[in-house]
Amino acid sequence: MARLLLHRLGGLLTTLFLSSVVIYGSLYLAPGSPENVLFGSRSPSAAARAAVRRRLHLDQPLPVRYWDWLTGVLHGDLGTSMVTGQPVADRVGSGLGNTLLLVVMTMILVVLFGLAMGLTAALLPGRVDGVVNALTSVSVTVPSFVASALLISVFAVRLGWFPASGLGQGFGGRVDGLVLPAVALAILSCGFLARVTRNAVRDQLEREHVQTALVRGLPRAVVLRSHVLRNALPPIITAIGLLTAGTFASTLVVESAFAVPGIGQLTIQSVAQKDFPVVQAVALLLVAAFVVCNAAGDLIQAVVDPRLREAGSTS
Amino acid sequence: MTAPLLELSGLTVDVATDDGGARTLLEGVDLTLAPGEALGLVGESGSGKSMTMRAVTRLLPRAASATGAIRFEGADVLGMNAGELRRYRDRGVGLVFQDPRAHINPTRRIGAFLVEALVRSRGVGRREALARAAAVLAEVGIDDPQRRLGQYPHEVSGGMLQRVMIASVLLAEPRLILADEPTTALDVTIQREVVAILDRMRRERGMGMVFITHDLDLALAVCGRVAVMYAGRIVELRSADTLHERAAHPYTLGLLGSRPSVDARAERLTAIPGRPVSAFESGPGCAFAPRCSFATAGCESAPPPLADFDGGVVRCARVQEIHAARMETKA
Repeated sequence: MARLLLHRLGGLLTTLFLSSVVIYGSLYLAPGSPENVLFGSRSPSAAARAAVRRRLHLDQPLPVRYWDWLTGVLHGDLGTSMVTGQPVADRVGSGLGNTLLLVVMTMILVVLFGLAMGLTAALLPGRVDGVVNALTSVSVTVPSFVASALLISVFAVRLGWFPASGLGQGFGGRVDGLVLPAVALAILSCGFLARVTRNAVRDQLEREHVQTALVRGLPRAVVLRSHVLRNALPPIITAIGLLTAGTFASTLVVESAFAVPGIGQLTIQSVAQKDFPVVQAVALLLVAAFVVCNAAGDLIQAVVDPRLREAGSTS
Repeated sequence: MTAPLLELSGLTVDVATDDGGARTLLEGVDLTLAPGEALGLVGESGSGKSMTMRAVTRLLPRAASATGAIRFEGADVLGMNAGELRRYRDRGVGLVFQDPRAHINPTRRIGAFLVEALVRSRGVGRREALARAAAVLAEVGIDDPQRRLGQYPHEVSGGMLQRVMIASVLLAEPRLILADEPTTALDVTIQREVVAILDRMRRERGMGMVFITHDLDLALAVCGRVAVMYAGRIVELRSADTLHERAAHPYTLGLLGSRPSVDARAERLTAIPGRPVSAFESGPGCAFAPRCSFATAGCESAPPPLADFDGGVVRCARVQEIHAARMETKA
């Protein structure tokens, strides 16, 4: 188990390092030089341009700039926004709380409803299974931007239950404002998780070891909990890990739709304004969220299924 | 005569097919088992021997339905409600499956598997249950039982896992053990040991056993009586001591003739021609007729009844003539 942990941690750091290279490199290879963004439509003198380039360290070769940036990041210094002049860490930090809260709320909805629907469908074959199947078929085809528009028009505009955009004051206000965005994000993932759960549980129900448990006269609840559900967990955990990671990416769309001041909105703004230091920091953060979610999923799986614990140590 | 432990009468199992029809897998199986008796159920794959065991434990597939009667100590098994069925499975029957790797939950420790039924169904304390489990593991010949309790199924060999399964059945102390090809998935060298353990433990505890196998010799070695099944029906039933000498059904004769034997003279092994059929594939007459060298036109038209013959029961219309002919060639 300890070896598996080390193995996963090594992979995690390697992925983060490689993606930092790609993120940093690709932004500076993109058309449009950073200092042009600052000058806008003005055409500066050669001396002024050189001064700005020196201030932004653009006169130094790319590897050196990357190294300076990386050591800065490792010390917690994400640089300074080229647009507002604020430290990047402050800009990212103010939105991070909202985005994390949004992701947590979304995943609570996904896990609750996805698992419930999947279990119901697996344990009640026939009509109930058919109904759930139809529901999930529809829900996996609803992208979050479509869901956002629908939810705003029904629950914010027509019924007025939740705000259409922005967040209220305090924690309660924030939660209130994030309900609709969370639902918009959850719809698609719920259907997906329900399907994974249904198939995993179905698969286990037909397994021989479940027959053994039944034929030993164990109570049905024990058979379901200790044998069917427990053994169906690995694919479900993988799905939850992937969905959590995907939700971080989807916040880009939904935060814009609902005007939620979070990381997603910040990303879109910063890309539009070519605020390179902010884009880099946010992109790296998203990669980190992705990698951490996947690694966490793998580790939890190893806790559930002892056969996976040795898998890490052989490679 | 004591009351039977298990009694099957006219047990028939049909399975619904996708096109709305039904296929018969078992047809009119009659069997009785006295307390403490061991009965062998022998046949090729598809002969219905495993289906019989599934019916006895009510572990039939969803699409299958059983008719006829199964009585366990007089109680009607097919009519039991959920609670009665649980009690019957808990204390009445114990099942040793063919493939322990598939039949033991791979994600839980061997100790958890062994004590589960005691703790969940009988309210035995966990510590007490683990102590009992360790004792039974030692009895079935597993050394260092304490360590084994903490191991996972994938960490031990198939032979040891089958002993774990036998131990799990012994722990529940049922009155009837159903062993469904308990050694087929094991190495040949381990088979003998496992069968010997099962046989000894059963005798010591006075449990009844239905031993299902395709290996006629194995059944003869551990069972008092042997029933031979073909295409969902019993075709011959007689005591193990006399089956060698007095086997009368052409199919049983074929099974006996197709076994290799160490002390046999340079005789050729005789194979039964054709392939085994399932109950639903057979015509109106004797299911074995198409493969039988003694068959006449009459065999294919009407099903032969199961009738007493020479100390056993045989399902063959021409059994008298065949027997007479064999006696002649012997003499």
